[in-house]
Amino acid sequence: MLIALIIAFLAALAAPWVHRFLPRNSGGLLAIFPSALFCYFALNITSIAGGERLFTTYPWFPSLGINLSLYLDGLSLLFSLLILGTGVLVLIYSSGYLEGNDHLGRFYAFMLLFMSSMLGLVLADNMITLFVFWELTSLSSYLLIGFDYKRETARKAALQALLVTGAGGLALLVGFLLLGHVGGSLEISELLNRGDVIRAHGLYLPILLLVLAGAFTKSAQFPFHFWLPSAMEAPTPVSAYLHSATMVKAGVYLLARFTPILGGTDAWHYILTAFGAATMLIGAIMAVTQTDLKRLLAYTTVSSLGTLVLLLGLGTTQAAEAAIVYLIVHALYKGSLFLVAGVVDHTTGTRNITELSGLLRLMPAVAAAAVLAALSMAGLPPMLGYLGKELLYEAKLQAPQAAALITGAGLLANIIMVTAAGIFAINPFFGKSPAMPENHHPPPPSLWLCPLILATLGLVLGLFPGVVGRLLVAPAVNALLAESTVIDLGLWHGLNPVLVLSMVTYGAGAALYAGRKKLYLVAARIRWVAAWGPARWYDLVIDGTARLANLQTRFLQSGYLRYYLMTVLGTAFLLVSFSMSSKTGFRWGGGQPEALFHEWVIAVLILAAAFFAATSQSRLATVAALGVVGYGLALIYIFFGAPDLAMTQFCVETLSIILFVLVLYRLPRFSLRSGRRARLRDAVIALGNGGVMTALVLTATSEPVQSRISSFFAENALTQAHGRNVVNVILVDFRALDTLAEITVLAVASLGVYALLRARDKKDR
Amino acid sequence: MIRSLILSTATRILLPLLLLYSIFLLLRGHSEPGGGFVGGLVAATGFALYALAYGVSATRHKMHVDPRVLVAWGLVTAIGSGCISLFAGRPFLTGLWAGDRLPIVGSLGTPLLFDTGVYMTVAGMALLIVFSLMEE
Repeated sequence: MLIALIIAFLAALAAPWVHRFLPRNSGGLLAIFPSALFCYFALNITSIAGGERLFTTYPWFPSLGINLSLYLDGLSLLFSLLILGTGVLVLIYSSGYLEGNDHLGRFYAFMLLFMSSMLGLVLADNMITLFVFWELTSLSSYLLIGFDYKRETARKAALQALLVTGAGGLALLVGFLLLGHVGGSLEISELLNRGDVIRAHGLYLPILLLVLAGAFTKSAQFPFHFWLPSAMEAPTPVSAYLHSATMVKAGVYLLARFTPILGGTDAWHYILTAFGAATMLIGAIMAVTQTDLKRLLAYTTVSSLGTLVLLLGLGTTQAAEAAIVYLIVHALYKGSLFLVAGVVDHTTGTRNITELSGLLRLMPAVAAAAVLAALSMAGLPPMLGYLGKELLYEAKLQAPQAAALITGAGLLANIIMVTAAGIFAINPFFGKSPAMPENHHPPPPSLWLCPLILATLGLVLGLFPGVVGRLLVAPAVNALLAESTVIDLGLWHGLNPVLVLSMVTYGAGAALYAGRKKLYLVAARIRWVAAWGPARWYDLVIDGTARLANLQTRFLQSGYLRYYLMTVLGTAFLLVSFSMSSKTGFRWGGGQPEALFHEWVIAVLILAAAFFAATSQSRLATVAALGVVGYGLALIYIFFGAPDLAMTQFCVETLSIILFVLVLYRLPRFSLRSGRRARLRDAVIALGNGGVMTALVLTATSEPVQSRISSFFAENALTQAHGRNVVNVILVDFRALDTLAEITVLAVASLGVYALLRARDKKDR
Repeated sequence: MIRSLILSTATRILLPLLLLYSIFLLLRGHSEPGGGFVGGLVAATGFALYALAYGVSATRHKMHVDPRVLVAWGLVTAIGSGCISLFAGRPFLTGLWAGDRLPIVGSLGTPLLFDTGVYMTVAGMALLIVFSLMEE
């Protein structure tokens, strides 16, 4: 299993190269990876259905209880199959959809990266591992939404999705850590047995809220739903894959996975039911007012996600069963519909429903896919969607509380789904044919085959409900509830309230479809409500943050080097003098300094040069004087036995003089700008710093050093590190990590200088 | 660029000597005064001198490698030298040694490789700044 995951990530890494060398077939070639993985997981179906579980653990930070551990049960298997199966189709579809795009290789890499992360997410047993993959999916979603990075709207949507899901991810991490603290383990499979302890613990509510924050942001629940419609800026295969079939289901997966641990309480029940129902209704109502095909689908996706959360909140066996079936149903038809929307957009150049009609003759196969998928969406027999809807009603009718209210809300949402399905399947494809340009061409097989396969699967699975129920649904439901249940799926349930509800749904849906023109008018009138939706609040927060950052930058970053220097030196002065006076106070060993004649000469020379540098009116003379100071120091190093330091000092001095000259060469003539008071202030700061440093050095040398560190280095340099130069041994061996960090800083600093100079060059031009 | 016959002639002789000296410093650094840092600085000084005498583009041509690339490879070398010990099952950056003692170098080991990375990074860093300023 671990190897499967690694292969998936390797495929993502290899994608750009594969595309570079085989640009024509790269999509198909890369699709081999998920296909193989799909087969691998499919082979496990029967054994998992038989009650087996697969575990793999690779110790990562064993001391912290963090392991790369994977766990395959019915729930993760179902998700893996969905992820990989849709992944194959979407990859092949993308090769046709984005044909000729310059960054196709990059696109494949992002897609496969997402696929691998999502796979890791559903397989993860350790919560930290799960979190890492969770964040990886957010990141790859960001990259994919912003794939067309030249458009501002795409960049904005990508950032919005990242910020919303990222904020939720952080909440999730805290929730996980608390959960690990309370439950005593970070492994989900172990926590499953400790649900009672966790639910009774005082931290249960914070944990629940934090985990829910993660799940709700990811699965676009109200009031965080707004990022999903914005994310439609992504290329359509991405919308089909991430934003309907898989990633947005990650939150649902999380809730399902944690049902045995956190579920079953009142808090869980009320929060999930309320937010789920609200999302379901708002999504549905927003959906029918959209005229853009993709946004229409996005809002119905929001509605479906709300339905799933609602079902998980109900917590009954029927609800769990309905949730799993509806999950499969939704992934199949929504993926297919998105791909259809992509083809329509690709061929005609528009996604506006009011402009599209009569495409049936141009692309019969696409129309067939659309109709099949829409039938499943509307929940008509014998599609799998019918089964899903029946179970939905059944679960809602048997809800433990407020069954009538929930069923009513569900009825409304489903009616709107029927209408949306009608709009999607009928408007673009039937009616009078548009005047097509002469050079139009029917879409290539890769474009129409994939949606058709997905839609047909909805039909085929609907025809064999028994097999689906036994092999896919039952194991997943068992994992969700952490108990054994028997699932018996069938198309015909007899004459019961559910059937009546279905009939009402179809009738009302059709009626609403007939009156859709009025709907748009109403929608136009209430647009101002939407303008005050959560998206507006998001914008306000983002703008506010930017304004605050601006304000603070203007306050802190004056742009004058002298103020920066003053801040740095002043802070150093205050901190050093404070800690010296509070800890040791000033001490002087006393006695006469013992220095030889040439040492006195150097000291005097340094002092004279420093004084000259501070008072000179010529820049070049100042630089030269500073050079004298530096060389003088280097001489002192030599006399006191630090040849390494001296050598380095010489080189640094030489290079910095060259740099100084290069810079000064460009500057205008020197002129005395600062007034008397400014110079007095500078002098005070400089003398204060010098005085404090002198006092510090005198205090430090007043007592004999009792350090075991230097003797340790001296003793072990030759025996352990094969070197007699202790300084160098410390640099490259004992303290090599510090050195690595230092040269990294150097590299970054030099790149900064380079970038600044280049940026100025560009501005000049 | 300074047009001076003395400078350009001297530079032509000094550059190889400085480079040789910088490598000497790098290799002996583990046991005698020297090391990658100062070696890199000496190498940078040599090329900076060349740039003063002959101009930046001639120096770039002479160097065959862009300072930016040098910085990058330096970091890669340093990090890579640290990763070698990972394969031996030891922590990152553990010094590993091979073979007997050689003249000047002492014994060969990953710290020398690490120091080479330091050498390249420092030389590249200094030259990147010098060249950027001179080309302006």
